[in-house]
Amino acid sequence: MTPKFKAQAGTFESSDIMILIEPVQPDTGRQVDISSTVILQFEADITKTIIQVLDELEIKDVHLIAKDKGALNQTIRARVETAIKRSLGIQKGTL
Amino acid sequence: MKNAIGVEIPEYIEGLGKLEPFQGVWKSIIEDEVPVTNISRTLKAKKPHTSKLCDTLEDAIKKCNPFDGMTVTFHHHLRGGDHVLMATIKILDQLGIKDITLASSSLTSAHDGLVPYVEKGMITKIFTSGIRGQLGEIISKGKLKYPAIIHSHGGRVRDFLTGRIKPDLSVLAAAAADEEGNATGAHGPSAFGSMGYADIDARYSKNVIIVTDNLVEYPCVPCTIRQHFIDFVVKVDSIGDATKIASGTTRITKSPMDLRIAKIAASVIEHSGLFKNGMSFQVGAGGASLAVAKFLREDMKRKDIKGSFMIGGVTSYGVDMLNEGLFHSIFDVQSFDAAVSTSVLNNPNHIEITGDQYANANNCGSMTNKLDVVVLGALEVDVDFNVNVITGASGEIRGASGGHSDTASGASLTVIVCPSFRGRLPIVQDRVHTVVTPGESVDAIVTERGVCVNPSKPNLAAALKKAGVKVVDIRDLKKEVEEMTGLPAEKKLGDKIVALVEYRDGTIIDVIYNVENLS
Amino acid sequence: MAKKKRRSMLYIPGNNPAMIQQAGVYGCDAVLLDLEDAVALNQKDAARILVRNMLQTVNFYDTEVCVRVNNMHTPFGLSDLEEIVPLQPDNIRFPKTETVEDVKEFMKEVRRIESEHDIEEPSMTIHVMIETAKGVANVYDIAAADPRIDAITIGGQDLTADMGIIKTPDGVGIDYARKRIVMAGKAYNLDVLDTVFADVNDEEGLREETEYIKKIGFAGKALINPRQVDVVHEVFNPTENEVRKSYRVYSEYIKNKKAGIGVFAIDGKMVDAPVVQRAITVLEYANIDLKEIEKSVG
Repeated sequence: MTPKFKAQAGTFESSDIMILIEPVQPDTGRQVDISSTVILQFEADITKTIIQVLDELEIKDVHLIAKDKGALNQTIRARVETAIKRSLGIQKGTL
Repeated sequence: MKNAIGVEIPEYIEGLGKLEPFQGVWKSIIEDEVPVTNISRTLKAKKPHTSKLCDTLEDAIKKCNPFDGMTVTFHHHLRGGDHVLMATIKILDQLGIKDITLASSSLTSAHDGLVPYVEKGMITKIFTSGIRGQLGEIISKGKLKYPAIIHSHGGRVRDFLTGRIKPDLSVLAAAAADEEGNATGAHGPSAFGSMGYADIDARYSKNVIIVTDNLVEYPCVPCTIRQHFIDFVVKVDSIGDATKIASGTTRITKSPMDLRIAKIAASVIEHSGLFKNGMSFQVGAGGASLAVAKFLREDMKRKDIKGSFMIGGVTSYGVDMLNEGLFHSIFDVQSFDAAVSTSVLNNPNHIEITGDQYANANNCGSMTNKLDVVVLGALEVDVDFNVNVITGASGEIRGASGGHSDTASGASLTVIVCPSFRGRLPIVQDRVHTVVTPGESVDAIVTERGVCVNPSKPNLAAALKKAGVKVVDIRDLKKEVEEMTGLPAEKKLGDKIVALVEYRDGTIIDVIYNVENLS
Repeated sequence: MAKKKRRSMLYIPGNNPAMIQQAGVYGCDAVLLDLEDAVALNQKDAARILVRNMLQTVNFYDTEVCVRVNNMHTPFGLSDLEEIVPLQPDNIRFPKTETVEDVKEFMKEVRRIESEHDIEEPSMTIHVMIETAKGVANVYDIAAADPRIDAITIGGQDLTADMGIIKTPDGVGIDYARKRIVMAGKAYNLDVLDTVFADVNDEEGLREETEYIKKIGFAGKALINPRQVDVVHEVFNPTENEVRKSYRVYSEYIKNKKAGIGVFAIDGKMVDAPVVQRAITVLEYANIDLKEIEKSVG
């Protein structure tokens, strides 16, 4: 599936992560940009979790920007899923 | 050589000399002969009816004949509001003095201005109980010429007595002082309460300057610092930012997590067997630690318990408990808010004490040795109950040893309060990055997910379980938390030693290496 | 088996990961993960997905976990059920219940989803919330509308709004509703749970209100801040004196029962079945194991 709209999910609160989705041209692949308060400790984990969700939702082409404040894995999973579903137009939420 | 907790300690470090490895909490003090060189007081002389007053701090410093390689000392009672330390360093720099050893009882956010002086080598050694902010960052990156020494509050006094710190010049800020140098922190526009940590500097320094913004008529009462130790007195417009020195009253946290941890800690104390008339007590000034006092206060009222004394860093909350008759007295080495100053001044049962009386291991018994219960915080703890209060998640220096290891060594019950994780970083480790307080002197670690009791205290664990307190094995807690947070990546460390953690008996308990990346 | 205590039920906003991941450690008897009023309309999807992920991974220890979904007459209610019911939290709290038909409609969906997910013996129970005058009027029928209902609760804020009155600290405007709901709950052996106390800083007000609702028959209270837990527990926990008395009543009861005596006296006061039942409730709230007493007697 391909994201159609710009979308975001999450907050800038502690233990949360803000995910922004930008649609890209088909076949441009995935670009994932992560900033985090725990980047030195958990960069690999955060990346892995985001990629897993993108795989599960079969998203091949996307620009995803993550601004993390120490979210646990299940929160990252939830926010990526929400942002992607919003960008697909499946669910309503804020831009 | 390896010390008693398995840390490799260099035998010798250039500029600092020979190092002794940590052997155990009481081992060197009890079993070894009382140590080494003992420094005698400097002989001084002054004719009758001559003045100590100088027009400016610069004049006073010049009269002390500053020289390259000298040791300059300060107290940190002005905390984040201090202007005196930076003013002194600037003057010494303008006078072209180099290679300075800085020995301040602690360093705060007010001292980020030291960064350029460290970087250009004007300051080459630092002895202190705490380093924070940008100064901590550049020291962590290896910018200080010789490793910094992190001592405890008690250890600092000992370092003066053994000559490890040899003070050539001490510049001591006072909230009120007279022309002879009798001085106090208890009143004046910049009042900061107790002046306990400055006592050792005044007694042993070759040159002592009192700096005050409040020159009072002779004699200044109370006189915490006595005139016969003081060389010069300077009146300045301001010793610092009064709002950052001490403001208002300390409030109990509203953080539900801190309150929850505090509540559990209070129940640990209540069921420890020490919660009875005559109990002595110390808490920290922040977060969960201070909140323990709130619950203990309620429990004491409910069960009609009257305590003996409180010590340490004192907040208005402690003063309230004194005034309610819950404790007999407060022994105050350092006051944390403005309301405390009034109590120091007016309440005869609120007694100012020196760092020596508070926590020095090498005297005839400090007050920490009389402590029943102390509640302390932690940045990290480990499965051997060691506590880190000095280095952060990337291994950077960002905290204070303070009285942590002093009080833990003396108290019958040492309770550490901390969350099990902070912003995804697990707090329980296999080994803390830096050991400040050894697990040997820690009895219980209280987190929101249960209480870990040191296996050396099976009776405590049994009593808590019986009372319905959730006791968990620290390794199980570690596993549980890591399942939530994931395992953090290993820290990237260099091979340069940037700081040594000195235990209160003068031995080295841990070393801190430089870090390449700071988050 | 001792009934689960529901002295304190803490609302946690469904879109707040920091609070949900710590929900099990605040010492309350239950947490109410809220997808309804605590979540902004444009974040309903985010909260639903977050709560679904959290339910699967967070350790709530022995805290009862209840999810408050949106009403079926909103665009969110059915989606909430689709995502939450398969995970079978301890209970689902259904807001703004007004009629038996509401319950039937809602339970039809719950059962459909459970059956679609092959959940043959669902453990999840239902809490119905009464938040309107119509709901209060129909509460006896609602309480009996489905065997899965095990608690009934009053929503004070919405009820006063529906009645067109202002909620006052003495709660006089909702007093009739409270008492009527208690009676309906008691009639069908349901836990009856009270509404929130909104002023987090007013500890004394909370204590007074809790003492009152305990007196008129509520089993517990909904909370909006962990700081309220201790006060509510203090009110609901029996005093040492009550525990001691109840201990004596229960041990005498066991002794007499063995001797075949049903009604007996302690200190000249008659002890019959209701007194024994009351003693059992007190001992259960004090976490005292009845079997231990039985053993020590016999």
